[in-house]
Amino acid sequence: MAQVKRPLSPHLQVYAWGAHMAVSIMHRITGSALAFGAILLAWWLVAMATGHDYFNIVQSYAGSMLGRLVLFGITFALMQHLASGIRYLFTDMGKLYELKDNTASAKVVFVFSIIATIVVWVAAYKVMGVL
Amino acid sequence: MSDMNTPLSKVRGLGSAKDGTNHWLSQRITAIANIPLTIFFVVSFVGNVGKSHAEWVAWLKQPLVSVLLILFIANFTHHMRSGLQEVVEDYIHSHGLKFAVTLAIKFSCILIAALSIFSILRIAFGG
Repeated sequence: MAQVKRPLSPHLQVYAWGAHMAVSIMHRITGSALAFGAILLAWWLVAMATGHDYFNIVQSYAGSMLGRLVLFGITFALMQHLASGIRYLFTDMGKLYELKDNTASAKVVFVFSIIATIVVWVAAYKVMGVL
Repeated sequence: MSDMNTPLSKVRGLGSAKDGTNHWLSQRITAIANIPLTIFFVVSFVGNVGKSHAEWVAWLKQPLVSVLLILFIANFTHHMRSGLQEVVEDYIHSHGLKFAVTLAIKFSCILIAALSIFSILRIAFGG
């Protein structure tokens, strides 16, 4: 039997990308990334409970170039997930549904997460006395 | 309009997930609780960065810090479980695989919570 070619409803790929779409998919990506961060946090706490020597080993992993890169990514994921999560709480209350507000708030989420990530890292380096 | 739902299932209003709005609501409640807990965690983490093991232990031993950290872990692992489950429900369509992955997520989140909270208690009550 010949396959009947039925028209499909427009799907994701036909729409122009906008901040409101990016923030939605990023919320899931950063949320999943934070699950990985949760494993690292558990490891770090276990190391602290294990004792001085093992804690220092884990701390040296965290302080390595790769460790810092991962922690930087997790910081951004946390800030992005926090900001877009708060935005979702507003949409749950029925707000921010006008296209203009929806896109503008999505942009605010990205600007906030980038600035907050930088602020956290500058503060951390200042605490360590590097800056 | 005809539909396949029995009157009883319509009255219960539980929908296709079979547990109504519980999942949705608990995800929002844990999300709200996560806001202050995350800010506490980030601020205190940054404030202590680079410190020695003894200094970290002394920080964590403070009763308020131990309690807030335990609440943070318990709350975010719950939130994480429901969030990851939602992702799995959307992207995995095979019934058996969905069940297996959902169960694995649940067990992993509980394991992460148990390891973290046990470590905190061990430090808090340890010598």
